[in-house]
Amino acid sequence: MNRGMKYIDDFRDPATAKALVERIRRDAGDAPVRLMEVCGTHTVAIARGGIRPLLSGSVTMLSGPGCPVCVTPDGYIDAAIALGTERGVLLASFGDMLRVPGKSSSLEKEKGAGLEVRVVYSPLDAVTLAAAMPDREVVFLGVGFETTAPAIGGAIKTASVREVGNFSVLSSVRTIPEAMGVLAADPEVRIEGFLCPAHVSVVIGTDAYRPVARRYGIPCVVAGFEPLDILLGISMLLRQKKEGVARVENEYSRVATATGNRKAQDLIRDVFVPCDTGWRGIGVIPGSGLRIADRYASFDAEVKFGAPVVFAPERTACRCGDVLKGKILPVDCPLFGKACVPEEPYGPCMVSSEGSCAAYYKYGVL
Amino acid sequence: MCLAVPAKIMETGDGAAVVELGGVRREISLMLIDDVSVGEWVIVHAGFAIEKLSEEEAEQTLALFREIAEADSSGDS
Repeated sequence: MNRGMKYIDDFRDPATAKALVERIRRDAGDAPVRLMEVCGTHTVAIARGGIRPLLSGSVTMLSGPGCPVCVTPDGYIDAAIALGTERGVLLASFGDMLRVPGKSSSLEKEKGAGLEVRVVYSPLDAVTLAAAMPDREVVFLGVGFETTAPAIGGAIKTASVREVGNFSVLSSVRTIPEAMGVLAADPEVRIEGFLCPAHVSVVIGTDAYRPVARRYGIPCVVAGFEPLDILLGISMLLRQKKEGVARVENEYSRVATATGNRKAQDLIRDVFVPCDTGWRGIGVIPGSGLRIADRYASFDAEVKFGAPVVFAPERTACRCGDVLKGKILPVDCPLFGKACVPEEPYGPCMVSSEGSCAAYYKYGVL
Repeated sequence: MCLAVPAKIMETGDGAAVVELGGVRREISLMLIDDVSVGEWVIVHAGFAIEKLSEEEAEQTLALFREIAEADSSGDS
């Protein structure tokens, strides 16, 4: 038997999906239950699978802040552009960062004007690039959550071992449970259950959500990204609500464990140190960032080039912040589909393929 | 960006492995996991295997799905 089928296709069976939808509808009360999918990959999977309309009236799915591109503040983009234009460094980045707007420009626009930006699939590719060009400074734009932190840390470690001194990272790594805590505490958001990210949880372990569940009394379920994973995750959240309990459950047990990937966690602890950091549209969240530890300071672009990233709250008509916090749906933003479309994005939630606004736009207003 | 996908290990050697991703063979780092062998499935993100897939756990979840589907068709909740 092809085992690939087991890990992918079997989690898409329509008859089981129908049974799960019926079970969710039976378990929901009169008023729709407000659940948040924290992660951008869930947002896309829910939109693509047409799950929102299937559950309408029973469950309201709010999209959370789990799209790394969307929550990267414009000051970070400005700092990256300045490193390229003023210091002449070669920038290496994941592709979806290129169109994110800074204060007045984006990497893509600057690239058109001569800025050197290379798109890489892995942070390790940026180390390889630096090793091949010893006379150039290569700065990797290290954006991501706990899923990506070990990959970025792994690149720094590799550069350190191989003595690739012309490689550094502009770090914008964030941690998810701290952001969930802020949303859980916000009376305007009123979340009744968190569908927790699959791959962040693979790294940090499902136990990482226990403080959120315990302190705020909000059920948490870690779920995979296939349609049946999502529906079962939602159903498990509703069952907890029905029972009047708030604990952490794991639907994605085929990959995620209670304690997570220790090796990845050790690497994160070796390379990074927790810090306060600003999230676009949300503000500064204490302890929600990872900066590069002093022992790897020579690989920290902010230190190396004396160019700290400055966070300032945005003042625009874009309501990205309220979308990221689940306070409004993308369609409630006055710019959505008008001044802000995927071809000409105004805000970051429309830029990233994982952004809520892009998902709503691409898969139809639901 | 957080996209991570299941992939089957085709070859291993020296802290790295070759996997097949969407029909394309690619080298990934094994820095973050222990003891992986050819034929096993891993989750790949940004050029790194971040965890192995447990066949046994996948089976248990699939069994739960079957149970739910059967309960539904028999009118049970």
